[in-house]
Amino acid sequence: MSKPIVATASLAGCFGCHMSLLDIDDRILKLIELVEFNKSPIDDIKTFTKHCDIGLIEGGVCNTENLHVLKDFRNNCKILISVGECAIMGGLPAMRNGISVRECLEEAYINGVTVGENKKKIMPNDEEIPIITDKVYPLHEIVKIDYYLPGCPPRADLLWQAVVALVTGDELNIPYELIKFD
Amino acid sequence: MSEKVKFTIDGKEYEGEKGRLLVDVAAENGVYIPVLCHWKDVKPAGSCRICTVKVNDRYMTACTTPIDANMTVENKTPELEDIRKAIVEMLFVEGNHFCPACEKSGDCDLQALGYLYQMMVPRFPYAFERRELDAKSPKIFLEKNRCIFCKRCIRMIKDDKGRSFFAFKGRGKHLEITIDEKLAANISEELAQEAMKICPVGAILRKEVGFSTPIGQRKYDKVPIGSDIEVLQK
Repeated sequence: MSKPIVATASLAGCFGCHMSLLDIDDRILKLIELVEFNKSPIDDIKTFTKHCDIGLIEGGVCNTENLHVLKDFRNNCKILISVGECAIMGGLPAMRNGISVRECLEEAYINGVTVGENKKKIMPNDEEIPIITDKVYPLHEIVKIDYYLPGCPPRADLLWQAVVALVTGDELNIPYELIKFD
Repeated sequence: MSEKVKFTIDGKEYEGEKGRLLVDVAAENGVYIPVLCHWKDVKPAGSCRICTVKVNDRYMTACTTPIDANMTVENKTPELEDIRKAIVEMLFVEGNHFCPACEKSGDCDLQALGYLYQMMVPRFPYAFERRELDAKSPKIFLEKNRCIFCKRCIRMIKDDKGRSFFAFKGRGKHLEITIDEKLAANISEELAQEAMKICPVGAILRKEVGFSTPIGQRKYDKVPIGSDIEVLQK
């Protein structure tokens, strides 16, 4: 039987959740025996080359590119998992929610106290740049999400136990210390 | 002499002084009923509803219900636990609770209830209302994003003339917690500390100190909320 295939992505996240995945230390050797990685920053495969069993997504949706990647993952993964606070509730990027996009951009590029010289008052507006969404969305408000792994980042042991449980079909009993929102 | 009465919680018999609040008597007997707005010996507000129990098959808030003879109380049932979880989820989506950026994280009662009920994701959509942070008073940050309207600070933090430092402003979705600027200008060190302590979330924070307890040593890092009460169980 071929190994289950895992894909990962970071949308509006900080890559902390991916770092936490690397924090499983030498168990990463067991992990690559258990699963095969496809599209992921870990192996640098940029596009899906086959249908995947598990998709792990960190970060919420803050722009049209995130939206595209998220839908691509939903179409290509049997099981999609929200990993970390940003994927689950928008996280720190969602602190801009409730503030208009114009106000945010003006603060960042024109009015902010740390803005350098911008006499022409230019805000990024190139068609190559993904459009910022009106607010940062949690993943499950856009596509169906099957499981959630909270934490900022989710503890390495939580990621490890969850992935192993999914792959082996064993029951997952999460100890109290592993479910944290920070 | 006050009259002793017998009543049951989840089928087990307990005894307490008639007229005392169910939530307090339960706690003394090692039965944890979660609270967010209640504080022992302070006039109950019954505002958060997290202590909802079933008394003789009716939904009641344990923090406002005096005990009486022949009361049959349901507490730890799947139905009630789900109601409580839903309340926690509602509180999470109603405010802006960014746990990773909050100083109270690890010591927060709301968050601890999220852990207790294993809230992976709220079942309700996030509101993401815009709320402000009030930093005008010299000793206190008032982070309105995190207030859950429990009224603890309004009821408990008062000056020597009995005037509250905190008050509500507005109604319905515009309701917000405010601090009396003039009074707060002279708030004592102890009272400011007390205000932060009684706040069940991170809405009231002391200025100039922060993140003093390392991760791993905070109140709810290792043990769930209510375990200090449940050890009293006979």
